[in-house]
Amino acid sequence: MMRIPWFHRSPKVPLETRPFDLLCLTVAVVLAVHASHMPIWLAAALAGTLGARWWQRRRHGGRAPALLKLPLVALLSGVVIFYYGSLFGREPGAALAVGLLVLKLLESETARDARVGAAFSCFALMSALLFDQGMVATVLVALGLLPALATLRALEPAHPVVPLPRELVPALGLLAASLPLALLAFVLVPRLSSPLWGTPNPGQARTGLSEDMSPGDFTDLLTDDRPAMRVTFDAAPPPTSQRYFRAYVMWNYDGRRWSHIGTGGTPGEVEHKGALTRYTVNLEASGQRVLPALDVPVEAPEQAVLSFDYEVLSTRPVNDTRTYTLRSASSYRLEPRIDDRERRRGLRLPAGFNPQTLALAQRWRTEFGSNDKAIVQAALKLFHDGGFSYTLAPAPLGRDAVDDFLFSTHEGFCEHYSSAFTVLMRAAGIPARVVTGYQGGYWNELGKYLLVRQSDAHAWSEVWLLGEGWRRVDPTAAVRPERVNLGAAAATAGEAAGWSPSQWWLGWRNRWDVVNRWWNQGVIGFDTLRQHGLLTPFGLRDADPGMLGLLLAVGGSLFAALGLAWAMWKRPANDPARASMQLLERRLASLGVVRRHSEGPQHFFIRAARALPTHRVELERLMKTYLALRYAYDEPPPELLKNFRQAARDFRPRRMVK
Amino acid sequence: MPAAFRRLQAWAERRLPALTRYKRPESLPITLHRRRVYIVPTAFGTAFTVLLLVMLLGALNYSNNAALLLTCMLGSACATSMLVAFRSLHGLRLTAIRQGQAIAGESMVIQLVFAADDHAHVSVHADMDGQTETFMAPARTETWLTLNLATSQRGWQPLPRIKLWSNWPVGLFHAWSWIHPDHAVLVWPRPEPAGPPPVLQGEHDLRRRLHQGEDIAALRDYRAGDPQRHIAWKHSARHEHLLVKDFEQPEAREEWRLDWRALSPLSPEARIARLARWLGEAEAVGRPTALWLPGEDIALGHGRSHYVHCMNALARLP
Repeated sequence: MMRIPWFHRSPKVPLETRPFDLLCLTVAVVLAVHASHMPIWLAAALAGTLGARWWQRRRHGGRAPALLKLPLVALLSGVVIFYYGSLFGREPGAALAVGLLVLKLLESETARDARVGAAFSCFALMSALLFDQGMVATVLVALGLLPALATLRALEPAHPVVPLPRELVPALGLLAASLPLALLAFVLVPRLSSPLWGTPNPGQARTGLSEDMSPGDFTDLLTDDRPAMRVTFDAAPPPTSQRYFRAYVMWNYDGRRWSHIGTGGTPGEVEHKGALTRYTVNLEASGQRVLPALDVPVEAPEQAVLSFDYEVLSTRPVNDTRTYTLRSASSYRLEPRIDDRERRRGLRLPAGFNPQTLALAQRWRTEFGSNDKAIVQAALKLFHDGGFSYTLAPAPLGRDAVDDFLFSTHEGFCEHYSSAFTVLMRAAGIPARVVTGYQGGYWNELGKYLLVRQSDAHAWSEVWLLGEGWRRVDPTAAVRPERVNLGAAAATAGEAAGWSPSQWWLGWRNRWDVVNRWWNQGVIGFDTLRQHGLLTPFGLRDADPGMLGLLLAVGGSLFAALGLAWAMWKRPANDPARASMQLLERRLASLGVVRRHSEGPQHFFIRAARALPTHRVELERLMKTYLALRYAYDEPPPELLKNFRQAARDFRPRRMVK
Repeated sequence: MPAAFRRLQAWAERRLPALTRYKRPESLPITLHRRRVYIVPTAFGTAFTVLLLVMLLGALNYSNNAALLLTCMLGSACATSMLVAFRSLHGLRLTAIRQGQAIAGESMVIQLVFAADDHAHVSVHADMDGQTETFMAPARTETWLTLNLATSQRGWQPLPRIKLWSNWPVGLFHAWSWIHPDHAVLVWPRPEPAGPPPVLQGEHDLRRRLHQGEDIAALRDYRAGDPQRHIAWKHSARHEHLLVKDFEQPEAREEWRLDWRALSPLSPEARIARLARWLGEAEAVGRPTALWLPGEDIALGHGRSHYVHCMNALARLP
């Protein structure tokens, strides 16, 4: 009977304890990497089920009651639908997959079940990376492959039995050995130019700058110290007080909320003096279209446009890490002439709000006449000397928010100050607008880049002055100069300045960030564009998929050849007694006693002893040990070998002085 | 056309030995070298490849580079496991075969002696005639693998082809190699179930000789008629009664001189079966036997080795 060789294994090989334990470990790891984006009670319930099953099989053996299986699957699906509203999508899909994996364990009694479980675990592990593709997460998930591979390995019969933790070592070796090929494949696998099906919706609201701002919105942001972007400068970085990255320019104010206008129009005129700053920004996924830019960018990068008020807006929301290069002017005159429409837009205030503020502005106007600069200075002086304080937890504001802030609460942070300042300026007849973005950042000396965190989010104002155009005014700096000069952390540190554990920790985190940056640029940011530019150093401008495939095939063959060479390589026989004998022969040869090709060891030693009478006793002892080692036993005792090796090492013959 | 076919066959002989040449028996030792180790993915390996493709497509579609890196790593590990599978067979050497004894129709114990070179050969299976045995051969040692060979008829029985295979290390690839050692085992004839005892010819066959052993088995009380020289004087001195040395007294046995020629009315196989039965019966009671066969005359003897000698001679009869 013809038998297809690879289909004849009986599927009913019972599952032994060790592979089952490893399978439980695998599923536990899968559950752990998914736990962070699952409701805590679901994760706990699944962990409990897993533990109970492990204990039950260890204690009593056999499968879990079949009666339990169907209701549990129904319960799981019900719970997922109830909680997420659907079975499809990233979160519910992941929750369902992990749940089914745990339930699969209940009926895992054969080697085949365990194989299916381990393979599916690999898939579930990969799906965890759809939620977080940071370096730490990726490394953890990759380590999660170890128990899966160890499970598969333990299923094969007749292999050396080792303690459970050591089962993971060969899997680690396998992964390590496969790393070069994996990197080659990673670099060369042609990327899709457009997705084949819908990408997962960005889903959960990402914190970050938003398209509108009302005082108090930033509170979450300012305590969020995730990286927002990393900036490298072609030349020296600008000083800390000049690191203003504009994101949104906000014109519209409805008494509570500032919002931006969006694209449209052509960018206004900018006269820049001095050199432009060229820099590259590596922006973390924000889910927004805006690309923060230093000061005033003079052009838009690829796949982005410059709006009339110098926002840089991407054509698509930034759902993955994005890298772009820009040039900005740091010394400039922005729109020295504006038309009436823009001027009106810069003066518009909602009617019936903030009467006290309007009155104050009118008073200044009458006091300073047409001197706009003096009015700006008066407002900054008010913030500086008017008993205002900087806090991230200000008192809530009422309907007339600016009035409340300026005349009663006197506390707030950048949003409050820029908002109040802008309203004051508009009320005084000076065109003004709010700009949000990032200010400051941590200069990472090791990686030579500026790390900007979400907590560096900032809001400031721009006022239009005759002859100067739009000028940046940062009212927060008037209240707390540290915010601008030292950064957000210094501003919130309050009185407890100086060394503190959290400061120390923050410092280390800032330094460690260089690794994240490397990961972001090298791995996450390796897109189609970078891939096509891969061969530029070798004179190929554009590596198309065909070329990449060819390279992949060539590289793969190269690795296959290397692997085959390894697989067929035979280690030279390891014979320590022989090695020690050769050492002796070398030492004796240096004194003129050379062993002849056909000379037996006994004859050689006797001849050597005759030639070197001072070492006669030693040589005779060596001879006896060697002969015993070679000819007296089937399996010479290890201590004899040890003795011989030691004696050979210690034997240092000297020529007799005649 | 036949010329082209012969050329093709010659090429196949050269390039695909496991499919052609090694179907023919070869002499020991047999080393599994690269030309004769074959690898295909297992069913699980095929399914896992599909899973990997799904993962690859997902990672590419969502342009999730971390997931892509993980998929590449897993795929690369799978490819590497193929080399490990190959290595688990490559270099294994069948150095000797030891056979047990069996009469036709029973299974015979066969031991294959495998020698491993510089690395261990883990989780190797040997398939022979539908039975599978698994073994592990540590580096630089000899490993004995015991298999049971079904036998059908007496005489030399060549060993069947044996398939050595392994799914090591993770069950994704199936590496195998066929070995067909040029080795035959001798199967003894099956004795007839029942039949007459041998016809004893001649006066000397009838002579019953009381056989007396040389070893003292025990001491017993004296009974009237015991020879005096058997009395254990020293021991008797310490007892009330006389004690007699009781020599081992094997059962009185007659010699059987079995002769092929004496069974002339029967067919050769029936004669062999009958002789085998008599030999077995004689061996069971320790009766000395002599055996005359065409071409072989085995002198009187007894004991296991004599029995084996006689049975082998019977088995070898044409």
